[in-house]
Amino acid sequence: MCLGIPGEIVEIPPGQTDLARVDVSGVRRVVNIGLLDGQPLRPGDWVLIHVGFALSKIDEAEARAALEFLEGIGQAYEDELAALRDSSIER
Amino acid sequence: MRFVDEYRDADKARALSARIASLCEPGRTYKFMEVCGGHTHTIYKHGLEDYLPETITLVHGPGCPVCVIPMGRVDDAIHIAEQPDVIMTSFGDMMRVPGGRGSFFDSTAQGADIRMVYSPLDALKIARREPDRRVVFMAIGFETTTPSTAMTVLRAAAEDVRNFSVFCNHVTIIPAIKAILDSPDLRLDGFIGPGHVSTIIGCRPYEFIARDYGRPLVVAGFEPLDILQSVYMLLLQLAEGRSEVENQYARVVPWAGNGKALRAITEVMELRPYFEWRGLGFISHSALRMREKYAAYDAERLFDIPGNRVADPKACQCGEVLKGVLKPWECKVFGTACTPETPIGTCMVSSEGACAAYYNFGRFSRQRVREATR
Repeated sequence: MCLGIPGEIVEIPPGQTDLARVDVSGVRRVVNIGLLDGQPLRPGDWVLIHVGFALSKIDEAEARAALEFLEGIGQAYEDELAALRDSSIER
Repeated sequence: MRFVDEYRDADKARALSARIASLCEPGRTYKFMEVCGGHTHTIYKHGLEDYLPETITLVHGPGCPVCVIPMGRVDDAIHIAEQPDVIMTSFGDMMRVPGGRGSFFDSTAQGADIRMVYSPLDALKIARREPDRRVVFMAIGFETTTPSTAMTVLRAAAEDVRNFSVFCNHVTIIPAIKAILDSPDLRLDGFIGPGHVSTIIGCRPYEFIARDYGRPLVVAGFEPLDILQSVYMLLLQLAEGRSEVENQYARVVPWAGNGKALRAITEVMELRPYFEWRGLGFISHSALRMREKYAAYDAERLFDIPGNRVADPKACQCGEVLKGVLKPWECKVFGTACTPETPIGTCMVSSEGACAAYYNFGRFSRQRVREATR
């Protein structure tokens, strides 16, 4: 439940202040970045995502380690990715 | 994968293991509680107890959001789901949690419209698309999840979406830790602090544990080496006679937390005078409800909720497991009547529950150790 999953920002849609498109283990979805106000984000940056919101900006080493770890835990991460795949928060 | 090896190197684990052993005082036993269910999962998955001397016990704490939801609240949610035009939404973890009248899954089989969502924002989107239905989000979780609910309510208010509401069951970790510290059942020597909760609340809220209770706390990451290093940091504090809050997970957790998230929570929600936790009973100021200002988004105000208290099944000992008094395998129904497929108690439902984690991984590692020492 409190699983935080790393995603790489691939696009910040123009005109949107609080949404970003991220890539999580190959799944591309839009997440809300409104909790990271004041931290400049660019494509290529990594964030820790929880239930559709980026909670913190992380560095690439942390992101890769966390991803490999999550991929190793199996079902719980599979479920999280499947749920993310079904998610579409943009209007 | 150089990055990954940094966190999971077996040689490093063995080196840490040796340093941990060297810090243990002869004849003394240690009990450390890992508060967060994510840590419990890592500990069993990687057999971390095998890296620790037998004098150190890791005690599993209450930090599993699904595990602490009392049965009566599940019944209340099902009651809301059964009202005309309602679409109930919640996280997948919630679907199999048993209430007094069955789970969400059982209820969908009887015709209730209950949908799994990944994010509260998905629930809001359903509300926009289905303006003739009343969409309720069953909100659960600790401070990691609460800001997402708060931000979604703020978004709904900004867009004036009128058919969306929240059945708020958010809980706060600090009062639960305090209840455990005040409980006579358990003597703990220190805490492995939750990682992702702390990205929101930061490290300061734990300071009373070090100051008033004299127990060290180390906020920890989720990698096996993170947890071993945190145990080492706890032992070092004890050996040097210190009790402080330390941050092993500083690469993710800022000391001050996330101000924007905390402000969003405070704007939308306020503390309840008390809330029932499964296993721990009623704890003062331990959960959140919607503020009057957001009454239009508060399912507790919009629906007539039975609010009946339902006692846990007699056979279930989740309460003792959640307080760390019992290990999962010491429960009478563990692995027999209660399994992840047919859970009796919540600790067997969520992958972060101590029982499910032990059932899926831990028992094999224990078996290996027993066979090796035969």
